[in-house]
Amino acid sequence: MLSSKSLFRTALVVLLLLATGARAEMTVEIVGGGADRHAIAVLPFKDETTRLHDALTPVVKNDLNLSGVFRMIDTSGVANLPFTPAGIHYGDWKSAGAQSLAIGSVSSAAGGKVTISFSLMDVAQKKQLTGGSFTVPPERSRQVAHTIADMIFEAITGQKGIFNTRIVYVLKRGSSYQLQVADVDGGRAQTILRSKEPIMSPSWSSDGRYLAYVSFESRKPVVWVQDLATGRRNAAANFKGSNSAPSWSPDGRTLAVVLTTSGSSQIYLVSPNGGVPRRLTYSGAIDTEPSWSPDGSQILFVSDRSGGPQIYRMAASGGAATRLTWQGSYNVSPRVSPDGKRFTFIQRQGGAFRVMMQDIGSADARVISQDPYNERPSFAPNGGMVLYASLQGGRSVLYAATPDGGSKVKLAVIDGEVQDPAWGPYNNSN
Amino acid sequence: MNLKPLLIATVTATLLAACSSTKPETSANLTGANQAGSATTTVPGATTGSQNQAGAGADAALNDPNSPLAKRSVFFAFDSNVVKSEYKPTVAAHAEFLKANANHKVVIQGNTDARGSREYNLALGQRRAESVKQAMQVLGVPEQQLEAVSFGKEKPRANGNSEADYAQNRRDDIVYDGQ
Repeated sequence: MLSSKSLFRTALVVLLLLATGARAEMTVEIVGGGADRHAIAVLPFKDETTRLHDALTPVVKNDLNLSGVFRMIDTSGVANLPFTPAGIHYGDWKSAGAQSLAIGSVSSAAGGKVTISFSLMDVAQKKQLTGGSFTVPPERSRQVAHTIADMIFEAITGQKGIFNTRIVYVLKRGSSYQLQVADVDGGRAQTILRSKEPIMSPSWSSDGRYLAYVSFESRKPVVWVQDLATGRRNAAANFKGSNSAPSWSPDGRTLAVVLTTSGSSQIYLVSPNGGVPRRLTYSGAIDTEPSWSPDGSQILFVSDRSGGPQIYRMAASGGAATRLTWQGSYNVSPRVSPDGKRFTFIQRQGGAFRVMMQDIGSADARVISQDPYNERPSFAPNGGMVLYASLQGGRSVLYAATPDGGSKVKLAVIDGEVQDPAWGPYNNSN
Repeated sequence: MNLKPLLIATVTATLLAACSSTKPETSANLTGANQAGSATTTVPGATTGSQNQAGAGADAALNDPNSPLAKRSVFFAFDSNVVKSEYKPTVAAHAEFLKANANHKVVIQGNTDARGSREYNLALGQRRAESVKQAMQVLGVPEQQLEAVSFGKEKPRANGNSEADYAQNRRDDIVYDGQ
């Protein structure tokens, strides 16, 4: 290979562009939905429009809508909008059909900060379900809104919320490619890499600090690893031939990648810092799209060793593989759920490419998305939603669907094509 | 690896592009765009300059539009990586040229039509590129002069969705010396 390894290892600084210049505007739009959603009224917080640049409660409502388990009660017809539990006329909300009620206020605090207080009240029992108070600089209010949505989600469903997590995707505009990281609702989008050549297959490290991805900037596919906080990056796999399909091991120490140095696309393990790869598969057929089980013991992957592409599972140390998919002639892009019990993937059905869900240990798969063209599904870290891209009218858009396919939400991209999305891990540093 | 001056010039230019991006590491206006942009714009210029160092006769053949070497693409049937007989003369012409000109090197870039998984398509394009690479090796071209890479479905020549468009994109391109 080019004796450039040391050079490529030299860390390059990639600027983190601020949200303003490089924002992919998205709006949440509910496309389908279950009838048994929890009815919640989220009331405007006192002074949220005067003390904050952007009001909080639209973000909270958007998040709850996105989860697919809430139904928003219209508050515009109610004359008395309380800001504190003491001011609630529960009868108003009972007749409006609300099961719970989120109220709150924004007040000024020392040092230019604001204090955001909120309570979630149960309408039938007239008691507080959860609540909190946050003192932050005003510009962090959007994160507080996501935290409030997480608290509401957890109080109602018993599951950890995912509204403070982030997603990564490639935004293609004409011949320009941007690797972007955004809030799960599309807000605060940051461009972390810009290129005139394709970028694909971004993969999160389990701590959310690093992304691995494939960039064609050197006129061939090379796997890069980039530190999101500093923008520094290095080539993790830059061998003769093509380098692709990075997937981070759950412990963060290893990348599964696809290399072609043997003359066919095979799966290898390599350090995120680069170095000597260790070969895992020896099929001679195509082996690609490795994806780790959450406990790190197994790797799912795609192979056409039996003819068309099918999904297989092997130990993360390599060895014999078990075929998992038996329906359809084209099954690709597997991703294991956070509890390790099922996996999502894409199946070709006629001319359509559908998002599927299958229990590990079962041969039966069910359709999550009826849209004609979808790619690369991934789970939210709580397992409660599946993110995927879908081609419609020549453009790609992002969807988040519940794993049973009963409800889905559209993250509509106003300008550009969204490709290869991946849902990030829980983000505790945010 | 015995890289000839021409190749070194090309590689060096590419690396210099990377270096020049690396240098102002503290500069706030350095972005991935600069880095990628410099790589894509610098390489062709470097090649043009360095071609003077190669044999004039060889270059003439390479640049002659009437030479069999002017054909640089090999097209494939749907879901196939078999080099069709109509493209074997093209592959053979390039193989003969490479054997006679050990200072030249080619990258064979495999491509696929726009259906299905990006990564699986990358692997399918790789398989097509490997077919032409292997055909050239069978004809006696040393492995060091050949690299098979794939663009998958990411860099289509035809952007439409007709069968004719797809057929255009099921293709290998033979690219000399980083051109």
